[in-house]
Amino acid sequence: MNYASYIAWIPLLPLAVFVLLGLWGRKYFKNSAGIIGTIVLLAITVLSLVTAYHYFFVDGKVNGVFQSIIPLQYTWLQFSPNVSIDMGIVLDPISVMMLVVVTFISLMVHIFSLGYMKGEERFSTYYAFLSLFTFSMLGLVVSTNIFQIYIFWELVGISSYLLIGFYFDKPSAVAASKKAFIVTRFADLGFLIGILILSFHAETLDFHTLITRLTTANSSQLISITSNSFLGASKLTWALTLVFIGGAGKSAIFPLHIWLPDAMEGPTPVSALIHAATMVVAGVYLVARLFPLYSSDLAALNIVAYVGALSAIIAAIIACTQTDIKRVLAYSTMSQIGFMMFALGVSRYGNEHGIGYTASMFHLFTHAFFKSLLFLCAGAVIHLVHSNDMKDMGGLRKLMPITHIAFLVACLAISGIPPFSGFFSKEEILSSAYQSNKLIYFVGVLTSMLTAFYMFRLYFNIFHNKESHTDLHHGEGTFSMKLPLIILTACAALAGFVPFSSFVTSDGTPHESHVDISFSILPVSLSVIAILFAARLYRKQNDLPDKIANSLGGLYRSAYKKFYIDEIYLFITKKIIFNLIGRPAAWIDKNIVDGFMNLLATITAKISALIKKFQSGKVQSYALYFFGGIVGLTVLFIYWWK
Amino acid sequence: MNDIPLTHILFVSTALFFIGMYGLFTRRNMITMLMSIELMLNSVNINFVAFNKYLYPNQLNGIFFTIFIITIAAAEAVVAIAIIINLYRSHHSIDVEDAGEMKW
Repeated sequence: MNYASYIAWIPLLPLAVFVLLGLWGRKYFKNSAGIIGTIVLLAITVLSLVTAYHYFFVDGKVNGVFQSIIPLQYTWLQFSPNVSIDMGIVLDPISVMMLVVVTFISLMVHIFSLGYMKGEERFSTYYAFLSLFTFSMLGLVVSTNIFQIYIFWELVGISSYLLIGFYFDKPSAVAASKKAFIVTRFADLGFLIGILILSFHAETLDFHTLITRLTTANSSQLISITSNSFLGASKLTWALTLVFIGGAGKSAIFPLHIWLPDAMEGPTPVSALIHAATMVVAGVYLVARLFPLYSSDLAALNIVAYVGALSAIIAAIIACTQTDIKRVLAYSTMSQIGFMMFALGVSRYGNEHGIGYTASMFHLFTHAFFKSLLFLCAGAVIHLVHSNDMKDMGGLRKLMPITHIAFLVACLAISGIPPFSGFFSKEEILSSAYQSNKLIYFVGVLTSMLTAFYMFRLYFNIFHNKESHTDLHHGEGTFSMKLPLIILTACAALAGFVPFSSFVTSDGTPHESHVDISFSILPVSLSVIAILFAARLYRKQNDLPDKIANSLGGLYRSAYKKFYIDEIYLFITKKIIFNLIGRPAAWIDKNIVDGFMNLLATITAKISALIKKFQSGKVQSYALYFFGGIVGLTVLFIYWWK
Repeated sequence: MNDIPLTHILFVSTALFFIGMYGLFTRRNMITMLMSIELMLNSVNINFVAFNKYLYPNQLNGIFFTIFIITIAAAEAVVAIAIIINLYRSHHSIDVEDAGEMKW
């Protein structure tokens, strides 16, 4: 089967829908926009599944190694015979896996939004933006070229901006969308500089050539990039760290995570799609895409590992104290992405040592299901309660049985309880960390225990605790809202049984993975203890949580205030950058630049005021000037010709 | 004929020219101004005819020029009087001082 015959439809169909709905949606497709978007998404989900089947089971493997296939590529901008920006589609295990995840989750969100966004004034615009996002994300995952990935990287950024600010009449949503855009844009500056350094030395932008040139020992490109050093680290390390900064911005890794909790201002299905399952893992995907390079440079890889672990634990601690359910989920996302990052960081290239890589991708895969499920459940809850705060909820298990079961399964999955999907991926991450770095292993176990605690704190607060006083005026939600919940519940429960390591590995060779029961005992039992603790605290209403919070004092308060990271950013931007750079620049602009322009304008005005008297409107004075001029010229000529 | 030297005729034409110019600058009535312009044109005509007669008696260039100028003056008078009529329609006056809007 020839991929080229249909593969281009996968990213291009959502683009067509975006153009259609964006231009004519409000006029002609006011009510049918959702159906159009969903049907197209269904079509490309089927196409992606067909692609995945063909790739993994028919012709992806040559001699037992998964190849990277490029079915489509065309040169877009040719700078020099060697350097060009290409647009193309690459199929390798991770991009095919991402194709399936992105289209599938996007389809679920499209279906869910049919009910959730019903009656919204800008319904068609919403679907246009969703299609734009799907197009950009699919373009990102199939990029053949580091510059192509950068272009789509910015496109997902802008669609995230548009969707966070969807309720643009709410000032907080506008502020959140601006914050998300500026923070990720700032991080992308690092990414761009990283791209420039890498491509300058490798003399190419193509991923495959770039990786081959920079990992071949003694190649001239590798020598040129490693022989130069800057501030004690080689240029390769710098470039990879800068690329990682770009990924960290998009993936909400500490300390560039501040935009993610605020991004929850967007509609909840959007949070499920963009800020939980797909866009925020773009950073992980980027590091995985360049993994052969990272694994050849241990310094950069260690940065990835430690920053990821730090991000995981900080986010988990903050999540334990938040009361806005979407914010808890946002911090939980950040924590899980930290898991994926440090799994990549502790991994090495090759069959035996590449468990971390497989585990990271596996966790990305399972996380997409259970986290989008959690967000969609949260959406259904918010739809019913009309509040984001868990203090307004409680006892909802009888009112929304399907959501209750779905949420419980997702919580068990994220807590790593067997046999739900999160267990398998998390165990693999922890075992890879155990093999290479005990400190990170310890942080990982602690984080997974905290994860279990805060997820069940959320679960008990929403569905148990006090009795519900919400009037059930419109039921649990429409069928279109329940269907994705049921499908995703099945996926979150069963996705762990996919033999992932026989599909996705760092070097393409499949290998058998096995769950070591004795190794799993410690993390699982810690998670169970955390769940029981959460049940004791939050199942029935009591004053124990407040007592514990009081006894923890400062630690609780600073975690509740998110460790004052937002305040630190505000201090740096408002007090330092605004005062030291902004104000002098504004002064120069106002007084020197504007002053020069004003001076020119004033001089012109003065001169014109002086000479405009000549235009009196009197014909006879004009005639007089005319004759005066003639006389003057005549006198002049006579004088000259004398 | 030769009893009258060229300078006499030039004096007459110069006098005519400056009379016309004086009229153009001092009169506010546009018809009078138009008449003054005709005076100036005619003084030039006299110049042409006189120079033709005295300097190149066997050629007709100056006389042709004069005929051209008379033709153009007729056309110009038509245009000028059309302007004056329009001005009168819009301002109810043919005083140039009254039509002073076209300034600055």
